[in-house]
Amino acid sequence: MQATLAITLGALLLPGIANSSSLSVAEGTPQQHEGFAIGGAFFQQPWVSSPASTTARDGLGPLFKANSCIACHVQHGRGHPPLTDTENFLSTIVKLSIPAHSAAQQTAVKTLGIAPEPTYGDHLQTLGIKGLPGEGTPRFTYTEVHGQFKDGETYTLLQPQLHIDGLNYGALHPDTQFSPRVAPPLFGMGLLESIPDAEILANADPDDHNADGISGKPNQVWDIATQQTKLGRFSWKANQPSILQQTADAFRNDIGITSILFPEQPCTTAQTACHALPEGGKPEIPANLLETVVFHVAHQPVPSRRDTDDPQVIQGQKLFNQAGCVACHTPTFPALANQPHQPYSDLLLHDMGEGLADKRPDFAASGNEWRTPPLWGIGLTEKLSGHTRFLHDGRARNLLEAILWHGGEAEAAKQHVLSMHKSEREALLRFLNSL
Amino acid sequence: MKSLSHIVSAALLGGVLCTTPLLVSAETVTAKAVMETYVNLAHAGFSDAFTTAKVLQEKIDALIANPSAETQQAAQDAWLAARKPYSQTEAFRFSNKNVDDWEGQVNAWPLDEGLIDYVKTDAYDHEEGNQFASANIIAGTDKIDVELLKSLHEKGGSEANVATGYHAIEFLLWGQDFNEDPKDAGKRPHTDYAKGDVCTNGNCERRAAYLKAATDLLVADMQQMADDWADGKAGNYRSGFLALDEKEALRRMLFGMGSLSLGELAGERMNVALLAHSQEDEHSCFSDNTHHDIAENARSIQNIFNGTYTRTDGTTVTGASLAQLVASNDAKASETLVSKLADTKQKAEAIVDAAKNGENFDQQILPDNKDGNKRIKAAIAALRSQTGDIEAAAKAVGIDSLNPETSDSFGG
Repeated sequence: MQATLAITLGALLLPGIANSSSLSVAEGTPQQHEGFAIGGAFFQQPWVSSPASTTARDGLGPLFKANSCIACHVQHGRGHPPLTDTENFLSTIVKLSIPAHSAAQQTAVKTLGIAPEPTYGDHLQTLGIKGLPGEGTPRFTYTEVHGQFKDGETYTLLQPQLHIDGLNYGALHPDTQFSPRVAPPLFGMGLLESIPDAEILANADPDDHNADGISGKPNQVWDIATQQTKLGRFSWKANQPSILQQTADAFRNDIGITSILFPEQPCTTAQTACHALPEGGKPEIPANLLETVVFHVAHQPVPSRRDTDDPQVIQGQKLFNQAGCVACHTPTFPALANQPHQPYSDLLLHDMGEGLADKRPDFAASGNEWRTPPLWGIGLTEKLSGHTRFLHDGRARNLLEAILWHGGEAEAAKQHVLSMHKSEREALLRFLNSL
Repeated sequence: MKSLSHIVSAALLGGVLCTTPLLVSAETVTAKAVMETYVNLAHAGFSDAFTTAKVLQEKIDALIANPSAETQQAAQDAWLAARKPYSQTEAFRFSNKNVDDWEGQVNAWPLDEGLIDYVKTDAYDHEEGNQFASANIIAGTDKIDVELLKSLHEKGGSEANVATGYHAIEFLLWGQDFNEDPKDAGKRPHTDYAKGDVCTNGNCERRAAYLKAATDLLVADMQQMADDWADGKAGNYRSGFLALDEKEALRRMLFGMGSLSLGELAGERMNVALLAHSQEDEHSCFSDNTHHDIAENARSIQNIFNGTYTRTDGTTVTGASLAQLVASNDAKASETLVSKLADTKQKAEAIVDAAKNGENFDQQILPDNKDGNKRIKAAIAALRSQTGDIEAAAKAVGIDSLNPETSDSFGG
């Protein structure tokens, strides 16, 4: 699979979303279209429960969160928490784990990054097939957090609290750790995968030897395909080493579709009825179809920047640099230097402070650490996804709120923003929205 | 690199003419002349799609005025007739921005039927979280008109929310296909449009209003696209296309051919349905017209390369062809592609023949239908193979990359 992607990466560089409000339009040379189109169909079409007439698309569940990839990655873009009272957690997942104490739990951490919650596993699946009850229904309530800029203007942030109603398989372990996470946008995934490890590690400074207050820690995670520890680079905690594994993980934990990497159904030993339900083949998604979906995800284009000549955007970029945002949101890597799009991420873990902490370690990532998310395409969130909710759990209602949640290593940069004049803040946001 | 307007060598062209009797004999074939042919083919194709859509509109008006098995059949026949010229326009997509911007409203699929009308719920799988997948507009209270349909199209960001175009009309004429009898298509009763107490499944007047609005919109859309390619209309797409740099124009022609061939037809429309063995992925699943869609799409690619199109009235539009232009630089490349296109035509026609013998596309893709699967795979292989030769033809006229990155039709 890697070889295929390496050959075709050259076609990823697209000048923007141009003639479509959706980024799913097949691009690339014609020779690349078939895999993209087939993968796209399996990304979009609903999976169904077994047995079914559509043998290539059955095996949904038995426990699942959604029946298609597109349900969470709407238009291939960013997920969000419920925006209304009636909406469920469709594009937000809740990860579960417990602190690893026993030898068995510590063994699990080596390959899973965490020790799963004993009854519910490592993901909360809200739905089940054929009368099997879903695991529970998550919801957020919010507490307001008030603050003030140096110029006197006040702001309000929303601190979410997670609740899970209707637990159908008994009580959760008393020490359960929770991590709600929205589906990240899929821009330029193949480009991110193409960056050599050495270029990512070159920015790492886990013990802050240069004393700039910024660490930059690589996550080291388990790569199932090679049965080795590898550099993690995808997902909110950089706990996935490849698009392949990330995609297979989502198939298994979110749709209940088994694959060569995850051959087991998402049922824990405590969930006996789950094990008794029919499967849609072993594995449920054959390797060749999984490969087309990976191909489809890897070839999601990156939007072009807009308004780059606008003086306000140029000023905003200067302020972004001056505030020190580039320490983590590093514009690019040598491997991507010759293409027009810049990810603005070092793909490393950083301590983001108590305010954002999920207190749930994941491989080398502590409960306070998050991977710097790439910023490319962030300004198109509203246009593509119809909302402006940011951060791992979607708590920030706009980009300014997202900045104001920054703490830990980003505290100094945030203080810089707090001391900016209103016009400077506007320029900074204008720059971010041009990405 | 030879100039694109280079005079064709008669000797080189000879080999091509032997295998392609339809090609016009030309002393000189210039890129400009090939561009002229292309816009003429587009105009003729979209004009035929417009004319046949107007016939469909008349037949649907008749069905609504007097719902009967006969008027329903006449409307279904008109839909099938309208698909034929439309399907031959699809190679104009993918590189012509006007067609791409317009196409979603006309030909989007697959669709979540529950957005539009009643469905048999135990045979209906829709996208999780698509709150509009069971909206049932026809059972609702919103005033049904063209504006409502346009507003609901791709509602909520789901591409499955298809409220307009050929396939919405198809669903309203045929209904869901449950494959109860393998040879059957959808079996919507004409009484779904009946007046008064004999109305079946409720809301017959609203269903008729929906069908009427969707058809009116289709006719208006076809008119717009025919106008966009018409001669003598200042500022339309045709005039812009003819003013393009020659290489960019040729790149668009070949990119559209390659994209329809590989990604859209071989990939999404055929291989996905075959891999999933699923009629949910069948292009015209309600009417079981997919075999014709495939053959006409394949013909669409051939038309552009060979520079010829047979109109619905039987007359032929023809002119300087891409085949000739490619031959002037590389006779072998042109000849190979011409023969590959002919081979694809044969493979696609085998699917049509099987359908005519009672084995529709949805039967040919069933997992235990070995011959059917083999037939579809052969057509897919032919489409894949010809795509490589489309790239080779592009190289022969000096286009090294069909990547849209270099195209100003993609916003560059």
